[in-house]
Amino acid sequence: MNGLEISGLAALYIFLLAAFTGYEVISRVPVILHTPLMSGSNFIHGVVLVGAMISLGHATTPLEQALGFIAVVLGAANAAGGYVVTERMLAMFTSNKKGGQS
Amino acid sequence: MMTLASFTPLIQASYFIAAGLFILGLKAMSSPVTARGGIVWAGVGMLLATLATFLTPGLGNIGLMLIAIAVGTTLAWWSGKTVKMTDMPQMIAIYNGMGGGAAAAIAAVEFAHGEAHSPLVASLAALGALIGAVSFSGSCVAYAKLQGLMKKTFTLPAQNVVNALLSLATVGLGIAVVIGQPANLTLVLAFFALALLLGVIITLPIGGADMPVVISLFNAFTGLAVGLEGFVLGNPALMIAGVVVGAAGTLLTQLMARAMNRPISNIMFVPINAGANGEDEEVTGSMRALTALDAAAVMRYAQKVIVVPGYGMAVAHAQHKVWEMASLLEEAGVEVKFAIHPVAGRMPGHMNVLLAEAGVPYEKIFDLEEINAEFGTADVALVIGANDVVNPAARTNKSSPIYGMPILNADQAQNVIVVKRGQGTGYSGIENALFYGENTRMLYGNAQPVIGEIIQHIKTMG
Repeated sequence: MNGLEISGLAALYIFLLAAFTGYEVISRVPVILHTPLMSGSNFIHGVVLVGAMISLGHATTPLEQALGFIAVVLGAANAAGGYVVTERMLAMFTSNKKGGQS
Repeated sequence: MMTLASFTPLIQASYFIAAGLFILGLKAMSSPVTARGGIVWAGVGMLLATLATFLTPGLGNIGLMLIAIAVGTTLAWWSGKTVKMTDMPQMIAIYNGMGGGAAAAIAAVEFAHGEAHSPLVASLAALGALIGAVSFSGSCVAYAKLQGLMKKTFTLPAQNVVNALLSLATVGLGIAVVIGQPANLTLVLAFFALALLLGVIITLPIGGADMPVVISLFNAFTGLAVGLEGFVLGNPALMIAGVVVGAAGTLLTQLMARAMNRPISNIMFVPINAGANGEDEEVTGSMRALTALDAAAVMRYAQKVIVVPGYGMAVAHAQHKVWEMASLLEEAGVEVKFAIHPVAGRMPGHMNVLLAEAGVPYEKIFDLEEINAEFGTADVALVIGANDVVNPAARTNKSSPIYGMPILNADQAQNVIVVKRGQGTGYSGIENALFYGENTRMLYGNAQPVIGEIIQHIKTMG
């Protein structure tokens, strides 16, 4: 595609380093944040929207356009839904000092 | 006049910054203090990457794209805003499935182009498609189950054999698609159909306490699928974000499975099914009930009460009442702590989220390892809508399907009060010996009115 040229070996290095990064970043998460974190990582793979846009953007036949359209709808829903849900959950963790004593 | 092509460095820079923001965001989400900032950072990264993509040279179908984005965003935004906190797990499942579906659809577009890809690229695309499609259909089934649209778990005769054959057939078709570049559309169609079917078949027999692990596993699947399609498209934002989430999700899945002492392979291939193994140890004795007034008195004059919340508290929306009760007890000089089993509720941390919503401070919430030794010194263990996570059979009964799972030792408290809707078994369908214990009293009813009644009684005791 029109992205920057990445050789197979460089791609392998990216894979390796990204995998270690993901592993390290999450290993220090307390249990209480596991659900928000799963939700947050769910939002982050919503970046699939970008790939879907590129796919649809280069689609020519009606079949490709239909598939690309589905990809963009699903990708956008993943990103938007993931954000809203994570935001709502995390909002509770910041405002709990005063509340609840009613 | 600037040509579109000259935007390319700008696009690459945006992807680079977005990838960095995603990783920083994940990192920030690992601490309660910075968590909220984390999601905002990741959100900025997403916005940046999406806007930059519009500058891609030669990008067509812009109108169609805008409509698709509007449709997907509006539906998800609205459903995400309106969903109840207790229904969060299935929403995460369905959004995650959509991501997997998107990754599979990207692969489908690549195959539909009808041009030959290198074997490596075609393999990556097919692998991403397989994983993404399984995640999509599997997550849909998980959603249907948690949402109550599908009550039962279905186990096919010779489930594991069917799974294995279907997996082999799907992989075989995938290889055929890869070898036969440019792809034969009929083969591609069959490949996708089988992959979707595989996701459904794998998820159907899985039930109860295993659900969070499965959702987490599919989350990791989607991440990996997105990463793989990133390699196909040569897009670093997808590669990095996808693989990071794939790795993080895999670790999270392992942590959850470990908390239940059930290897992931067991969850996927030998589903819990108490009815089928037929070797349930007879639970002897009878359940003894008590009134809300007695429960209030026992707790009001106790030194130390440990509350064990479970899914029953979540469905009854009783978390606010529970915290109100705990506050009253504390004012009366009773020490109150909350004990959270790693898989209480439908997701790890689900109970923490609900208690946080009710305003319970972190310092009062304890993990299994932190609190288990304390049950022996507690006057009362108040179990609210939890079942399998306090079932002593996990410690003692080797024939029990949950044998070996670490549990909260609520049975070691001087008195155990169990708030429960009825006499039935828990989500996994296993009898709970705790309910028949000498020191156990049952308080039947929906958690919210029951706790409300206890609150009234405690108030009158002053």
